[in-house]
Amino acid sequence: MTEQEEVQWFDEDGKRVDGREKDEMRETKMKADVIEEADGSAMVEVGNTRVIASVFGPQDLHPKHLIESDRAVIKMRYNMAPFSVDDRMRPGPNRRAKEIGLVAKQALTPAMELEQFPKSGIDISMEIVESDGGTRAAGITAASLALADAGIPMKGLVSATAAGVVDDTAVLDVIGKEDKEGNADIPIATINGGNEVTLLQMDGDLTPEQVDECLSLARKGCAELDEMQREALHDSLTQKEGGEQ
Amino acid sequence: MQINTRRIRKLASENERLDGRTPLEYRNVTIEPDYIPTTADGSAKVSIGDTQVIVGVSTDLEEPFPDMPGKGTIVTNAELAPMADREFESGPPQEEGVELARVVDRGIREAEAIDLEDLCIEEGEKVITLFIDIHVLNNDGNLLDAAALGAVTALKSGTLPKYDEEKDQLDREGERRPIPLTKTPVTATGRKIGDTIMFDTTKQEEEAQDARLTVSVTEKGNVVAMQKGGTEPYSQEEVMDTVEKVKDKTEEFRQLIEDAVGE
Repeated sequence: MTEQEEVQWFDEDGKRVDGREKDEMRETKMKADVIEEADGSAMVEVGNTRVIASVFGPQDLHPKHLIESDRAVIKMRYNMAPFSVDDRMRPGPNRRAKEIGLVAKQALTPAMELEQFPKSGIDISMEIVESDGGTRAAGITAASLALADAGIPMKGLVSATAAGVVDDTAVLDVIGKEDKEGNADIPIATINGGNEVTLLQMDGDLTPEQVDECLSLARKGCAELDEMQREALHDSLTQKEGGEQ
Repeated sequence: MQINTRRIRKLASENERLDGRTPLEYRNVTIEPDYIPTTADGSAKVSIGDTQVIVGVSTDLEEPFPDMPGKGTIVTNAELAPMADREFESGPPQEEGVELARVVDRGIREAEAIDLEDLCIEEGEKVITLFIDIHVLNNDGNLLDAAALGAVTALKSGTLPKYDEEKDQLDREGERRPIPLTKTPVTATGRKIGDTIMFDTTKQEEEAQDARLTVSVTEKGNVVAMQKGGTEPYSQEEVMDTVEKVKDKTEEFRQLIEDAVGE
């Protein structure tokens, strides 16, 4: 939110700094089942942001005192590779990574049928290998796909994206520059691209109307991502079936 | 796994392997240079069979070590991400990760593959530090060779930002120059199962192994680094046998790197 130099956020056609429309997502690619060792995995690319998520479990939970008698316990790891940002990130968890791990877990939990696996643990991890904004959203989208790939029963898929405001205009799927220098950034996650919002964070300075507008935009984005998740799952399942014949 | 271990050892004594390969045969090796194009200064993804490793090179300005005031520094780090293996835990690197990073580091450092004086900006004050970060995505054995191959490819295909005197920082947006690489050390690991030397072991085979020997070789065929692992001894003949086999293997690797980087 530094305003040392005026950034031209929109060109004369109203296109954004990377040539997108205000309500246009970055080019997004998804692939399920990318890691052999994990029970479920997925890769999600949103523009230059790239995330790989994995799921192990349901399995024995360690340490034992974390065990819940009526449901599975999720352990979530969010980690940025040192080379995922321009200024190398020191390896190891920091406070930001811990917080994101927590909110990502809370974003996915409502969609999972944890009561089906009492006394067990499910390990979810997301590795950010390349970052250009929106890593937690891409991570949640990838993790949900990995959960489905692992065959864990879910009430629905969770998809996430962020809307933000630059130059007093709401835009969908903010990139790093728009996030750092714009007015606001609101990442949200929804179940099945619907109206159940499971992640909501915000920083910035917005009117209630702008918040409302951002929520609508981000929900539209989540619905589009939900479609893509379904396609990616379908592709990976047909591939598996094809491979086994 | 116990059952497979016995089977693997029995097959090894007959020069055979579970997946039908010969002892010296590698699985399919693919190298994708510049895999992290926007944020890393150099990078590569290497797959050997189901093993997947990403290596990224980053740069920063730091003070030189007092005993090497005119030389830049190399820092190598390995992250055995929990997604890569059921046995890998979150947290600071354990022995295995530390050894992996150090063996890869030694292959590059001891070969004097990087002209460290070329990384000095102001003697005693300011040098470029090259960070080589190894990120394991999926472990199905032979992490050492995959990581070393990724590191060399990342260095060979990577570029350095130039130093901006006015701003006293590296100019990441501006013109770049190649990483000053004087040699291409390539690393391969032989594993001993019984009396048989095998290359490119899978995770199951590594559970059955007795010992391993990692060897780094330059294009001239000189050995620049070695590391033995495992609890069983190696005879001198077995060491030299491994070195000869590594020389053959690394020639193939060097070709793969050159094909990938486009030289």
